[in-house]
Amino acid sequence: MTAVAAPAFPAPARRLGLRGGLRNTFTLTWRSVLKIRTNMEDVIGLSLQPIMFLVLFTYVFGGAIAHGSTHAYLQYELPGLLVMTVVFATLGTGLMLNQDISSGVFDRFRSLPIARWAPLGGAVLGDMVRYAISIAITLGFGMILGFRVTTNPAAAVAGCLLLLAFALAMCWVSALIGLLVKTPQGVQVFGFLAFFPLVFGSNLLVPTATMPGWLQAFVKVNPMTSLTDAVRGLLTGGATATAVVHSVLWALGIFIVFAPLAVRVYRRRT
Amino acid sequence: MRYDANAIEATGLVKRFGKTTALAGVDLVARQGRVLGLLGPNGAGKTTAVRILATLIRPDGGQASVCGYDVLRDAHQVRQLIGLTGQYASVDEGLSGTNNLIMIGRLLGVPRSEARARAAELLARFDLADAAARPVKTYSGGMRRRLDLAASLVGQPRVLYLDEPTTGLDPRSRTDVWAMIRGLVADGVTVLLTTQYLDEADQLAHDIVVIDRGKVIATGSPDELKAKTGGQVLLVAPSDPGRLAETAMLLEAVAGAEVTTDVGAGAVSAPVTDKTLLPRVVRELDDRGIELAEFTLRKPSLDEVFFALTGHRADDEEGAQTRELEETR
Repeated sequence: MTAVAAPAFPAPARRLGLRGGLRNTFTLTWRSVLKIRTNMEDVIGLSLQPIMFLVLFTYVFGGAIAHGSTHAYLQYELPGLLVMTVVFATLGTGLMLNQDISSGVFDRFRSLPIARWAPLGGAVLGDMVRYAISIAITLGFGMILGFRVTTNPAAAVAGCLLLLAFALAMCWVSALIGLLVKTPQGVQVFGFLAFFPLVFGSNLLVPTATMPGWLQAFVKVNPMTSLTDAVRGLLTGGATATAVVHSVLWALGIFIVFAPLAVRVYRRRT
Repeated sequence: MRYDANAIEATGLVKRFGKTTALAGVDLVARQGRVLGLLGPNGAGKTTAVRILATLIRPDGGQASVCGYDVLRDAHQVRQLIGLTGQYASVDEGLSGTNNLIMIGRLLGVPRSEARARAAELLARFDLADAAARPVKTYSGGMRRRLDLAASLVGQPRVLYLDEPTTGLDPRSRTDVWAMIRGLVADGVTVLLTTQYLDEADQLAHDIVVIDRGKVIATGSPDELKAKTGGQVLLVAPSDPGRLAETAMLLEAVAGAEVTTDVGAGAVSAPVTDKTLLPRVVRELDDRGIELAEFTLRKPSLDEVFFALTGHRADDEEGAQTRELEETR
């Protein structure tokens, strides 16, 4: 441009580095967590939805499915409801990304000298807090209704961690939807279209034995079934090792496929 | 440092979105510490140009640099020098004003306590101290715009992009924003201002680039632009409205140019190309005994300039917007 002897401003840094990028991510995680607190709808959705599911499913289906014993059904369905709550909670990730893009908040981020991946990382990390809240509420309220962990505390903690790990993988699917769809309403629609068959086409709420053969075939390969089996085993006993391995592999697989896809779309769209 | 070193230099910027060409080879230069007004109707390509210069989108052709740093190659450096306030770059509605500014400070690597102090200082400066703790979604349009502006200043930018900063604001808020922009320029900040409002460009800009349909159609200072399209205009209003037609004929004969008669205002006007025109007109009028209510020489407004350059008004929506504003008041 010009032959400037000494610039009037400090020369800008050439690059940010990993530490700077992580610091950006944590700042944006802080923002996500802060938004949970200030957004009343989100708080209500996160806390009341699992409670509503628990009450409805336990007392509407319980008698019919477990031949009159709602307690037996509660022991059966609660692990499934944990899976359902967490998977539906991941929809929030896509929703928030979509809102950030359409409202212009992402443009602000991108005009700042921060790591390109930090807004995505911050959104995902912040949502882990939301998932943990929904797990805690479902489990806590389930216990009030009479649910008991029949294995041991360590196994129960492992079950919760497995749920979080799976959510961490699933939220990239949600992120991809959030990045591909134009409006928040669209995210809701496509998210439910993608997640409903997955969640309900499984052994999450009912045993598979009564289903037609073609559906049983789908249920068997559905990752939600593996996850439900694993969490069920870790909380209430039964064969678990294979189910846990399958769930971890599924989580890894989903992450490996969808995280890079979401990052690619993110880079292209923003 | 050379005083007139350029803060922004762009040459031959091209950007296409599918089949539409948003920019068809735009050159522009913003001098250090000055306001460059980017003027044009809706869809002219103003925002596209700003987004390229703010490293948000990549041009399909051409080059651009900010303080000597290339917007593509040195995007990270450019981002450390710029601030962006736009129709698009926005604040987080779910956070309070304070937390929005703290977040940006932290993202820029400012320590927590300093980020907090800077947030408080900016909120006070933009008259938002009372609303600091409230979520932004409760803010009025003017408040949000001010917070937007504050957000773009957290990093103490050398170059500030203001993309239609006053669109939709009421006149008082607009004057406030103008005052803030003048203050920043006094501090040495270079401003790239896009606007559809010609008076805004006239008020603030040192240099103006007029673009229409992705092309630069005129550049210069506001005065140069006004001079470019026909120079000055002489306006003559006789005391006796009955002698308007006579005045018009006289003026046309002396000026040797087409005269515009405004019956409602009781005045006629003619372009002035020759400085000797004025005394000649006065002499002729005096000879005929036509007394004058008004005799003024004025520059054409930027509105007239714009119309002359593009063949259409600056923005047809502007009227609708003003009406809307008046209805809500």
